[in-house]
Amino acid sequence: MRISSLFVGIAFGILLIKSEVASWFRIEQMFLFQEAHMYLIIGSAVAVGAASVALIKRLGLHTVDGEQPVLKVKPFHKGTIIGGVLFGLGWAITGACPGPIFAQIGSGQMLALVTLAGALVGAYLYALLKSHLPH
Amino acid sequence: MDWLLHPWPWYVAGPLIGLTVPALLLLSGRTFGISSSFRHICSIVFPGRSSIPYLRDNDWRKESWNLLFVVGILIGAFVTARFLSAEAIVLLPASLATTTGMIKLFLGGLLVGFGTRYADGCTSGHTITGLSNLQWPSLVATLSFFVGGLASTAITHYQSF
Repeated sequence: MRISSLFVGIAFGILLIKSEVASWFRIEQMFLFQEAHMYLIIGSAVAVGAASVALIKRLGLHTVDGEQPVLKVKPFHKGTIIGGVLFGLGWAITGACPGPIFAQIGSGQMLALVTLAGALVGAYLYALLKSHLPH
Repeated sequence: MDWLLHPWPWYVAGPLIGLTVPALLLLSGRTFGISSSFRHICSIVFPGRSSIPYLRDNDWRKESWNLLFVVGILIGAFVTARFLSAEAIVLLPASLATTTGMIKLFLGGLLVGFGTRYADGCTSGHTITGLSNLQWPSLVATLSFFVGGLASTAITHYQSF
């Protein structure tokens, strides 16, 4: 059901604010190794995510629409590293990865609209340059 | 219920964030990831979208769940800031509310948009979902995110000494 993604999104938005993952200050403290908060959040999220995925596979669970759940697989290419490093630079500067950009705007931090504008122009630049970039 | 109004500890928020993966997978049949929303928005609004393969060959209508998810984030964050917070939420430093700061945010955002599309995913698609599914390319991506983030933070702090 398509509409369910709206509700999961709402829950995720609440979590991004309540966990302070959308806070520039938390991101800076993570990259300075001043506190474990972000590492514990990411670590426990991955642990629960991995256990859930393993359980879904083991039990052969289906989606509510009765379909076979399929997790998209992203193949490795040069952009995984180059693009990854570029994103990391931006993450530290803006204090936001893509989800938190939207969470910051939703929470009333209108400055993040500038970050979003940059991100959309960045994605557009990638679309324009894609055929010239190493993949 | 007072705890609800304050930031939640990692052992509550982290596992709940991890549950986003199975929730989306079982309820919507979709793979959790956010940065593809940038591509969809570009496919909808940007000029030249019909001649640029990356935007033209993107069936955003089929992937509209992703845009709904992003709208959900906006609503969830709004509700949290407005009704579920004891104190005002400050997510960005005041130093960024200047012309220089806004240039930084724009250029940083540019790197976020360009980088996540080039890498095929961000912290949600690679770090949370990819690692949960034991994909090694997502581990490489995650390490790359941290190489960039650590370098950027180190440079900024070295300058300010």
